[in-house]
Amino acid sequence: MAEYRSMSEEELRERVRALLAEVHPEQVDAVGFRQKQFDHGLAWVHFPEGHGGLGLSPKLNLVVHDEIARHSKVVHGDPPASVIGIGMGAPVVLTYGSEEMKKRLLPKIFTGEEIWCQLFSEPSAGSDVAGLATSAVRDGDHWIVNGQKVWTTVAHLSRWGMLLARTNPDVPKHDGLSYFVLDMHAPGVEVRPLYQITGEAEFNEVFMTDVRIPHDHMLGKEGQGWRVAITTLMNERVAIGGGGSKRKGGGATAQLLKLWRERKPGALSPGQEAILRDRVTRSYIDNELLRLTAQRARAAQKAGNPGPEGSVAKLAQAEINKRMWELALDVLGGDGLAFEAGYELRQSAGRPQNVEALAKYQFLRSRANSIEGGTSEIMRNILGERVLGLPGEPRVDKDVAWKEVPRS
Amino acid sequence: MSIDFSFTEEHDELRATVRAFLESHSDEAAVREQMSTDRGYDPEVWRQLAEQMGLAGLLIPEEHGGAGMGCVELGVVMEEMGRALLCAPYLGTAVFATNALQHCADETTRKELLVGIAAGRTTATLAHAEPNGRWDLAGIELQAKAADGGFTLSGEKRWVLDGHTADVMLVAARSDEGLSLFRVDAGASGLVRTLVPTLDTTRKLASLRFDRTPAQRVSTGDQSEAFARVLAIGGAALAAEQVGGAQKCLEMAVDYAKTRLQFGRPIGSYQAIKHKCADMLVEVEFAKSAAYAACFGAAGEAEDFLETAALAKATCSEVYFHAAAENIQIHGGMGFTWELPCHLYFKRAKASDLFLGDAAHHREVLAGLVGI
Repeated sequence: MAEYRSMSEEELRERVRALLAEVHPEQVDAVGFRQKQFDHGLAWVHFPEGHGGLGLSPKLNLVVHDEIARHSKVVHGDPPASVIGIGMGAPVVLTYGSEEMKKRLLPKIFTGEEIWCQLFSEPSAGSDVAGLATSAVRDGDHWIVNGQKVWTTVAHLSRWGMLLARTNPDVPKHDGLSYFVLDMHAPGVEVRPLYQITGEAEFNEVFMTDVRIPHDHMLGKEGQGWRVAITTLMNERVAIGGGGSKRKGGGATAQLLKLWRERKPGALSPGQEAILRDRVTRSYIDNELLRLTAQRARAAQKAGNPGPEGSVAKLAQAEINKRMWELALDVLGGDGLAFEAGYELRQSAGRPQNVEALAKYQFLRSRANSIEGGTSEIMRNILGERVLGLPGEPRVDKDVAWKEVPRS
Repeated sequence: MSIDFSFTEEHDELRATVRAFLESHSDEAAVREQMSTDRGYDPEVWRQLAEQMGLAGLLIPEEHGGAGMGCVELGVVMEEMGRALLCAPYLGTAVFATNALQHCADETTRKELLVGIAAGRTTATLAHAEPNGRWDLAGIELQAKAADGGFTLSGEKRWVLDGHTADVMLVAARSDEGLSLFRVDAGASGLVRTLVPTLDTTRKLASLRFDRTPAQRVSTGDQSEAFARVLAIGGAALAAEQVGGAQKCLEMAVDYAKTRLQFGRPIGSYQAIKHKCADMLVEVEFAKSAAYAACFGAAGEAEDFLETAALAKATCSEVYFHAAAENIQIHGGMGFTWELPCHLYFKRAKASDLFLGDAAHHREVLAGLVGI
């Protein structure tokens, strides 16, 4: 990675105070403040000067946030308007984009004026993302894109998409991909909500028909798309696996215990009660083990000695969460038959507050935990092969041109 | 509470030293030799373990000749012993009896016995369970009778670790002061000690029958609270031992899956086997978190230690058994033979699950403490 120049924490705080003297978060809107924050190099201090940074260590970003919070009740962009833009878009543009693209794209990612989405998964390319079929064909200084993407969060709100498309079908799958920044307002881009098991749409489908992308919107070289994408994918998996409660008996466990303690008196026979009680205790233990293992992983990380404890969270959490909400419905018993929220197809509006409604919602939503960001089966392959060193399966798509590989 | 899980360099060194000792003094051949004897351990190895390694007195204060260490170090040692299936009176002497002395016994007895234990001269054990089959404190029904200024015991204790060889038996029984601790020495009158043929022959258990056996009460006042803590520390130590065994089973299974070829490729390349191994890995990592939390909790006298200890014993019992069972399955027919050591771990796993109360018992304890 890059070398960072050094700056004392105090000097950095001084710079933040200079920014605050010029424009105060309590007196302007998010865009107004964050534009100035960007200009002062205080957006992401590990970025170079002129691109919202000062070339400092990324650790110092916390100092900026802390100093703003110290002087203002409002901290704009916490959480950011475009999580994907900040977390994945900005780093990839900085690493692979032209000077002109950086100038055009980075400020508006930071201000939140432009939302970003990620266009990787396809109906025929789920776990095997690198097998994707969306094509990009060169036409002078443009590329013509045709295909369909799926599971695209916030596509309906996005101005830009990070697109992975096949530019060469005649080479093995990883070698024929290229990475583009797609203007979501371009002609031929159509976004449709994807309604899921709960009736709401957290995701979209994106259809691309003869969409023209300028060649200079390609990030990295032609055929290097997989390498560019891999960083983004790793960030996603870390983001999904890192959860769990920080406090004993907190988070989802607290909700389950609340349901259990408020169960309908007399509804269960002593035998049923004993069985359910043991399942609730098991669930309590499961969540404690997740919490303790995350704690152990952090300690090992801090000691510079990370082991397998950090790799097991994604798989374990998915399975534990599903089991827990199944149990929650059993605790509700007959009342689990009702689904008061209904299934009107609609945009996602977040999670219900009421504990019973939450249990019913999560009973359905948690099915995705073992699919999104790497299925549990893929996670078991990764643990088996990368952590335990077991040999891989024989591959039928290795060293074979993508177009020769059977697809569904 | 939040636990700082950081093992220090000293812990790592301790682990390496104990592992090296056990690799040379408790390899599979040594385990098989000792498990077929009635005594169940090699006195020479026990002597070295106490004298050279200072492990018998690990928890014993330096003033009594011990190493003055705590439950984190004990966890490290137990994990290694579980991995090696060490045959020794360690759990009875250095864990249960030592903790019972430290938490329940009067100063004179404590000093006298701890000095002998630390030096490797004395083996001791704790007699707790009874024919009623219970592992909780209410299951301790044996009533001591006052006689001639002392006490006598009449009745039976079951599943006593090394009860047939221990020099000193610390017996939990009821007296006018409530739950009390009594000392009975080997050779006491009316005492019959019977070695039980056990499922797991690497750890010897005995029945103790008392018939008007003179016993010295060595505690003052009701010991219920202290005794609960003694059992919880024992559970935490046993959980650490289970983690060591489970990790070893995982390693054996993975090694075999890498080298065993069927249909022209290693069986570990099949997802049916690979996914079993991945699930074992997750479970073993979780078991480590539980056992370490309990050992750190015991060492730091965490207020929720009894909860964590119950959680650890419940978790590690199931994880070890599952790992040992899957290890046999992955080894296929060979895993079922006497020749391979898979069955030794399988038997130890089930025995250490049942001893001190199984996983369901400990979940019940936890549920009571948490209020589920």
